Amino acid sequence: MSEHDSVHLPERDRPWMMRTYAGHSTAKASNELYRRNLQKGQTGLSVAFDLPTQTGYDPDDELARGEVGKVGVPVSHRGDMAALMDGIPLGEMNTSMTINATAAWLLALYIVAAEDQNPPTRQEQLQGTTQNDIIKEFLARGTYAFPPAASMRLIADMIAYTVEHVPKWNPINICSYHLQEAGATPVQEIAYAMSNAIAVLDAARERVPAERLEKVFGRISFFVNAGVRFVEEHAKLRAMSILWEELGRERYGVTDERHLRFRYGVQVNSLGLTEAQPENNVQRIVLEALAVTLGRDARARAIQLPAWNEALGLPRPWDQQWSLRIQQVLAYETDILEYPDIFEGSKVMEGLVDELLDGARAEMAVVAEHGGAVEAVPYMKGALVDSHRRRIRRIETGEHVVVGQNRFTESEISPLTADAEGGILVVDPALEAEQANAVRAWRSQRDQAAVDEALAQLAEIARDADASENLMVPTIAAARAGATTGEWSRTLREVFGSYRAPTGVGEAAAAPSDPDLNELRDEVSRLQQGLGRRPKILVGKPGLDGHSNGAEQIAVRARDAGMDVVYEGIRLTPAQIAASALQEGVHVIGLSILSGSHRELIPAVIDALRESGVTAPVVVGGIIPEQDVAGLKSAGVAAVYTPKDFDINRIMRDIVALVGADAQLTPIAVGGSSANGSA
Amino acid sequence: MSDAGAALGARLRERDLSAAPATLNLLESTAEADREQAAALLGEVSPAALGGEAPGHVIGITGPPGAGKSTLLSALLRAWRDGGRTVAMLAVDPSSRRSGGSLLGDRARIDFDPADRGVLIRSTAAGERLGGLAWATRAAAHALAAAFDIVVIETVGVGQAETEVADVADTVAVVVQPGSGDVLQFLKSGIMETPDVLVVTKADLGQIAMRTRRDLSAALRSLGSSRTRVLAVSSLPPAGGIEELVEVLDEHRAGIDIAERRLRTRRASALTDFVVEHGEHGLRALGGRSAAQSLLAAEDPGLEVPGLVAALERRIG
Repeated sequence: MSEHDSVHLPERDRPWMMRTYAGHSTAKASNELYRRNLQKGQTGLSVAFDLPTQTGYDPDDELARGEVGKVGVPVSHRGDMAALMDGIPLGEMNTSMTINATAAWLLALYIVAAEDQNPPTRQEQLQGTTQNDIIKEFLARGTYAFPPAASMRLIADMIAYTVEHVPKWNPINICSYHLQEAGATPVQEIAYAMSNAIAVLDAARERVPAERLEKVFGRISFFVNAGVRFVEEHAKLRAMSILWEELGRERYGVTDERHLRFRYGVQVNSLGLTEAQPENNVQRIVLEALAVTLGRDARARAIQLPAWNEALGLPRPWDQQWSLRIQQVLAYETDILEYPDIFEGSKVMEGLVDELLDGARAEMAVVAEHGGAVEAVPYMKGALVDSHRRRIRRIETGEHVVVGQNRFTESEISPLTADAEGGILVVDPALEAEQANAVRAWRSQRDQAAVDEALAQLAEIARDADASENLMVPTIAAARAGATTGEWSRTLREVFGSYRAPTGVGEAAAAPSDPDLNELRDEVSRLQQGLGRRPKILVGKPGLDGHSNGAEQIAVRARDAGMDVVYEGIRLTPAQIAASALQEGVHVIGLSILSGSHRELIPAVIDALRESGVTAPVVVGGIIPEQDVAGLKSAGVAAVYTPKDFDINRIMRDIVALVGADAQLTPIAVGGSSANGSA
Repeated sequence: MSDAGAALGARLRERDLSAAPATLNLLESTAEADREQAAALLGEVSPAALGGEAPGHVIGITGPPGAGKSTLLSALLRAWRDGGRTVAMLAVDPSSRRSGGSLLGDRARIDFDPADRGVLIRSTAAGERLGGLAWATRAAAHALAAAFDIVVIETVGVGQAETEVADVADTVAVVVQPGSGDVLQFLKSGIMETPDVLVVTKADLGQIAMRTRRDLSAALRSLGSSRTRVLAVSSLPPAGGIEELVEVLDEHRAGIDIAERRLRTRRASALTDFVVEHGEHGLRALGGRSAAQSLLAAEDPGLEVPGLVAALERRIG
């Protein structure tokens, strides 16, 4: 009728699915948290698993030390999964699981837990998503377990299985989220995610009947990121939906409009959240949420928002509630769901989208020239490390403004962090031993013969060079028999072999000279003269934490400053770090941990170093709560750096001074090293 | 303190492997006082002090990037350790041959038990000296050969790399990936000297690996280099050819005159070091290159490199 009415949708849109990425301590504690979150109006679940579960280790494994129940919930067997989902009817739930290397296993446990519920839920009814994008694990997140070819087979098998038997399940969520966290520009984020999707679809094409491919395409969803430059970020999502549709039509012959739709869930940016003045993160999160909700044509299907205190430590339930309420205010109080796409016809938006499309197509062509995403992992990793280096440099120079961190830094004391724990969740350290005992008890009470037989069957099918049978079948059988996460993974590791992803640091270009860096190089050069040889630093990542961006940037900058850098990538045991430090004769050791396991792992590494006779100073970087710093120092750590220490050249200067002081304390007896073994 | 170098040398002579990290720190140092200590250390492990050449087998392993060297080295390391032999690996990164710092990360690609004291892996930047393995690498290989059963010098590249390694190692193995033509072309064109052993990796690729092996053998025949052994190995489980490679390396070592080969190396290195230190001017003062070589040939064959350099320096006062 009136012109005014015509701009409204005939009916207000239904809100997106609202989730909170949650899980910690134990299955039981996490179940209680989920039930409360659902009562608060959350409409789906998003399960955070702990790092041992994500990488395929049981709580009693040596590599699990310090990590059990930290960044998520430990799930070792069908009993844990049943406890995690207790009282939540799985036929009605939509569950997203952030699980990759062990996705097939956790989906199997979920299927078995659903069967066991009263009333039982058949797998055909299950709805949800397993993250399952292994290429981005090699590139950015680090929770891989098997080599690339075997990993791709597992993914393809899950796709082939779910498309037949769990038809409402999204077997994979192609992730651009973690690429942005690792420093990707919007163009890189689009190009690498699309290239990953191509690699997955090409692998799946070989495992499903041709007539099923259209359906497979339709079940692929994305998990994206949104940063605070929210106009450009929205354009990025529009560009991705155009590329996705194009890919479906041209490469895979998809014609059904429903299957061509670009579907994505989102967790907005954590990289840009600051430790300094952490309350500012709230407005960042709100603006980032706008990037994925404002325009109807590229709106998220599911949203989870980080908490304001993620750069400080693990968020508490209240912190997460605050983020859920942001979503609810956006969906229920504002008018964004009342209109058709508000950017339609916008020249600026179209221009932005075109720019991103051009850049992304060019970068996708480079990846294709490398032989596709799997082959291009070293190239993409190097490019990401390089982008991240540039980003950090812009923050250091002030070109890129971060309010409260490199500008407007005058602040009152925040009442938000005033409590004894500093405004974060602290997981009870006694819990790890309890979980280790619990999994031992589980193993002792089950039908061992049935488990052995199921695992033998799994190994046999995995070993078959023609890969003629689907790995999901023996995986579900092993889950039903009562095998554990560690056993399933070990069985496959024995067949597939182990793997270390490229670190990307070797490929990173040298930093362009600038006065500050030149001055630093002079300092390093003076130190070299005093030491007799080039200062040598070991950058180590102990434990299962795969967040390697910080360690990589320290390694690259130390090299650019003129040091010799030993960086071996993620997932090292204290014994490995000690052996490297001793054998390499390093002058200083830098350790990085972001997963909260520093209280256990850092002292363990220092003990191993000192036992090996290495006396070189140790510095630590990562998400280290203020109240833990004193404990680390008394364990022998010389300095602790947290996200608020964004000026890496300053950290390098500290290290130069530290090595100089250490060399004078221990007179240059043998080769000027303090890591000189038993000399 | 003043006899720290000699003490380390003595420990190596007693095959005390725990002396190795400090030995390497000392040999890498360019500080004046350390250089004296290093000379003392090397004197303690010289053939004169040992009563013969150091018993360890120095093996150079080189090849283009991506040829599968790390996987091969992991498999070799396992085989040597299973046989009860101690192993030191010196990984030289030639890409770092510039004045800045370098990133050394390849040790992580070699699987070993960190608690195993019979293994040592050390990564080194190639150093600032143009066109050569780090001085320290040569000295280190010879010092460690007094204590370890096997000393591997691993480096990346084809063409120049294996020539440099040949100056230091008793046995040189070049690693070739199936289907890659570089090594074949370099061999045929004479850019590359023929190594003692050619290892074709990824034999599990089947046909293509076998063809590469045949092509290499044919090229060697046409060059008249029948003594070079060509092997195909598969380092991934199920591994194949590794035991045979271990035997071939041992056979090569047994078949050469070690004393002659190492003496030649020591004299050549001494001359290079002398020229680096004193330039062409110093060389002229000795009466030219061939006069210098004659002078070196007249010295005690049991002297280590610093001893030989010192002898030349005495000549020019």
